[in-house]
Amino acid sequence: MTSRTGVNNNNNNQLLEKILTFFNYLLLTVLALIFIYPLVLMVLTAFKSTREFFFDPFGLPDTWSLKPFIDVWQKANFNTYFFNSVLIATSAVILLIFCASLAAYAIARFDFKYNNLVFMFFLAGIMIPIRLGILPLFILMKNLNLLDTRLSLILTYAASGMPMSVFILTGFFKTIPTELGDAARVDGCNKFQVFYKIMLPLVRPALATVTIVNFVPWWNDFFFPLLFINTDALKTIPLGMTIFFGQYMTDWGLLFSGMVIASVPLLILYILMSKQFISGLTSGAVKG
Amino acid sequence: MVYPLISALGYSFFSWDGLMRESFAGLDNFRRVLTTVRYQEKFWNALGHNTIFFVITFVMQTTLGLYLAIQLTRKRFGMDFLQTVYFIPFTLSMVVVGFLWLLLLNPTWGVFSQGLKVAGLGEWVQPWLGQKSTALITVIMVNFWRWIGFPILVFKAGLVGIPEVLNEAAVIDGASKWQLFRHVTFPLMIPTISMVTIITFIWDFNAFDLVFVMQGSSGNPHYATDLLATFFYRTAFGDPTIGGASGEIGIASAIAVLMFIIIGIASYFGIRMMQKKEVKY
Repeated sequence: MTSRTGVNNNNNNQLLEKILTFFNYLLLTVLALIFIYPLVLMVLTAFKSTREFFFDPFGLPDTWSLKPFIDVWQKANFNTYFFNSVLIATSAVILLIFCASLAAYAIARFDFKYNNLVFMFFLAGIMIPIRLGILPLFILMKNLNLLDTRLSLILTYAASGMPMSVFILTGFFKTIPTELGDAARVDGCNKFQVFYKIMLPLVRPALATVTIVNFVPWWNDFFFPLLFINTDALKTIPLGMTIFFGQYMTDWGLLFSGMVIASVPLLILYILMSKQFISGLTSGAVKG
Repeated sequence: MVYPLISALGYSFFSWDGLMRESFAGLDNFRRVLTTVRYQEKFWNALGHNTIFFVITFVMQTTLGLYLAIQLTRKRFGMDFLQTVYFIPFTLSMVVVGFLWLLLLNPTWGVFSQGLKVAGLGEWVQPWLGQKSTALITVIMVNFWRWIGFPILVFKAGLVGIPEVLNEAAVIDGASKWQLFRHVTFPLMIPTISMVTIITFIWDFNAFDLVFVMQGSSGNPHYATDLLATFFYRTAFGDPTIGGASGEIGIASAIAVLMFIIIGIASYFGIRMMQKKEVKY
């Protein structure tokens, strides 16, 4: 390549630079609109009546009443679905944190013969999609009489979250100086107290990451509820949505309200915890 | 985790009657999936769709996604906000995404079609999801709309990890922007790009929710959007389109094992390639 010199060329380059910057911004903005506009529409339409929507799909709603949301919440069983989603995702996170933190602590801190093997075993799980094991899982749940219970989902989620969580937590436990544990032992803590009182509080940021990384896909999961849950009163939001859509296919205003209710919790969670969100999603994907 | 996967392999060697295991069948289930008319055609059809799904997503995310990530990494006005905007769809449930776009793309009432009419392009309006020629690509685009936030995020993390010294050195040596990208940024991003590609591959070969929600379990219209996962689902849990036939566990397990093999081999070679291409600095 030839290197360019001279005042003229420099000026040209600067002009070119400015044009490029302009087009970059233009492209970025257009793309941002493509990403955000459907969501803006979703929220706006949620406030509209079906009639209003068909006659004026782009405008602002006439009234900003919360009535459609209340309708969806009560009539379409969304309160039940919402409760189930919260209960299942939360219980699964608690169970997962309990198991994963103990496993990760053991891998990071106790030297035993198969230490590395156990870690590799968990690591392999990260790459394997649990969905491929759905048939045996289904039959297992059937044999355990757990089909059509919330517990079936809680157990499946907690187990499928283990590999990633153990991976994240082991890394964190390894960074804590062993002296801290030793000091606590000298002060009279037993092994479990060292873990519970000293180590666990120190990995709190990692626990937040694990929580968010797992909570989001579980909240949104459709596949397992579809297969495991049959009773309407036990359905989670994504599964309930499909029922709701079948029932209210003609009432578009109501459909959009339902979608907003299903999406808002995670949006708030993302805005509040975007740092943990990002670190969680990238920790598995980017390694040195 | 391991138990279900191992027993899936075991299941695929048996013949089944409903949920009851009958007798050992060897490789017969695999033979039936790959050679009998009833399954073979659907299998290759679905595999082809998954491949198209992955290839288009891959090409778009490594061009557009990487471009966006590079722009967003610059410390300029508004970039944090844009980052949030691009990422928001990723927090949505596939079910919400599917229904949202189903309504937006509705040829009569959908906002997308209405917009085209307002813009005087009424004749461009088509039943995108209802005709064979456009259904698959439409689903892929909707999936991309939700997915792209993730690659951008990971690319950004990779870009931030490139030592500033290297960029400065290249600029001092007189490298143009393109040269900087081509000879410094890109080679150093290859590990990140490969990792994202492998994750994308695994995801796209497991894709299910979106097609199920938007196009039903048989990938309407007439299997034009059928994927391996929907094919698997129909085979395992019954298919309303063939008279509500009950599931065939043996055949479905064989499909799951084949999917597992495809994903396994691809990830293995992906990781191998990544390690070879890795640039040390």
